[in-house]
Amino acid sequence: MIIQKIAIPCIAIIIFLSFWETLVWVNGWPKYKMAAPSDLWPAFWEFRDLFFYMGWDTLWRTIVGLLLAVIFGVALGMIMGFSRIMRDALYPLLVGFNAIPKATVVPIVALMFVGAHDFNTVLIAFMISFFPIAVSVSIGLSTLEPEYRDILRSLGASRMIIFWKIALPKTLPEFFGALKVSVTLAFIGTNLMEIVSPHGRGLGALFDSGKTNSDYPLMFAVLIALGFLGIFLYYIVVVSEKIFAGWAERES
Amino acid sequence: MSRHLIEIKSVTHSYVTQTGTLPVLQGLDISVAEGGFAAVIGPSGCGKSTLTRLIAGLMKPNSGEVWLHGEIVTSPRSSVGMAFQNPVLLEWRSILKNVLLPIEIVPKKMTRSEAEDRARHLLSLVGLAGFEDKRPSELSGGMRQRASLCRALIHQPEVLILDEPFGALDAFTREDLWQIMHRLREEEPFTGVLITHDLRESIFLADEVFVLSGRPAHTQYRLKVPLSKPRQIEQLYRPDVIEILATLRHQIEIAQGRATGRSESMVT
Repeated sequence: MIIQKIAIPCIAIIIFLSFWETLVWVNGWPKYKMAAPSDLWPAFWEFRDLFFYMGWDTLWRTIVGLLLAVIFGVALGMIMGFSRIMRDALYPLLVGFNAIPKATVVPIVALMFVGAHDFNTVLIAFMISFFPIAVSVSIGLSTLEPEYRDILRSLGASRMIIFWKIALPKTLPEFFGALKVSVTLAFIGTNLMEIVSPHGRGLGALFDSGKTNSDYPLMFAVLIALGFLGIFLYYIVVVSEKIFAGWAERES
Repeated sequence: MSRHLIEIKSVTHSYVTQTGTLPVLQGLDISVAEGGFAAVIGPSGCGKSTLTRLIAGLMKPNSGEVWLHGEIVTSPRSSVGMAFQNPVLLEWRSILKNVLLPIEIVPKKMTRSEAEDRARHLLSLVGLAGFEDKRPSELSGGMRQRASLCRALIHQPEVLILDEPFGALDAFTREDLWQIMHRLREEEPFTGVLITHDLRESIFLADEVFVLSGRPAHTQYRLKVPLSKPRQIEQLYRPDVIEILATLRHQIEIAQGRATGRSESMVT
């Protein structure tokens, strides 16, 4: 069962890579048009120190941004979930803010906090990823059936107890669903900052230097590395979902 | 005649909506003796659920009084247990932990292990022995409703409020649960109020049936159920019982405004 769970995705990745390799080989594409998987490993190996160093920069800044998004998003979601007035007041603002492409915000943020690269990068990762969390938590809380509240309220339970015992656990599946979206969004945010406002750090910077040097396999290798980091973080979320909200999963 | 544990005295209540005020209860009087069991029936939307929320102290009436055990109800109290049409079990807890939920809220009357023993006992009374560690999603609708009855009773409430608890179940499951209710009543000393749409259910379970009028509701008719105990489903097919059912049906039609007739209370 566990072997199957690991084997199937691995086989799928191998099939995908061989399809890609064949596609490049059959069409005879040059490296600058489309690098093949076999070109990527040498590119990675050549710059392996940089990959680990830059990859770590990207990873920790993404995680910090995501953690901030979780804290802020849950708090905002709670406010909007419990108060109709706050929901009506904040929703348009939130949607408008989310509709602004973050690529356009990057130069503004970079100017606002000149030189604070870590802060800027974390900020963009945070800004791009808190929206789904806030929305899902607010929907989860505001759609709590009144009977759930009544069974505890009729016993004289306080709002806080009702939140901890019922509202919070009941919202967890929605929260984790949103977190899975936010993980990938946070990566996009980090890399936007690293590429659009280069400061020589993170995988985005490595991508940028590949571009400057016309090292196309390096650019592709960076993309693959980003993909790996994304999968890594995603599965951390999946595991914590299993631990904290495994009950929501149905058999069969 | 024992004294009245629940007394609803000329309660009037209305809701404020966007189009104005909507009166739901108008001078409603209901009383239930200690250890008694009252069924409240009436047309849809006549304010029956408002009544349960008033007894539970979840809201206050505009005028009139709700008395529980000689005290006016102004806020929720732990001496009340509630069960709804939706069993509202918490999916992330086992059946046993669901039943124990009220114990975590109300002031401690018993230790955790005593409560657990009591929960297991209640679950076996309703035929759920062996399901203690299952998740609610693994149970059928009838079984969940039984678990929710156990949860409503775990903290030894004086008053059990049932808001159409069997409404979503199929006919045979419902009859099973009626029998289980009688079994619970023999063991547990609660006073019950049942809101229902099912005339046979009201007669089978209750000592006294209250028919509410259409909105705004007052007590239009009351009936002492003449069935002996222990009650059997077969009793419901006796000619005299069928006649009672027809009387209740007629009262509902009056309440709906579809029939005219004697609608003054038959106060005993």
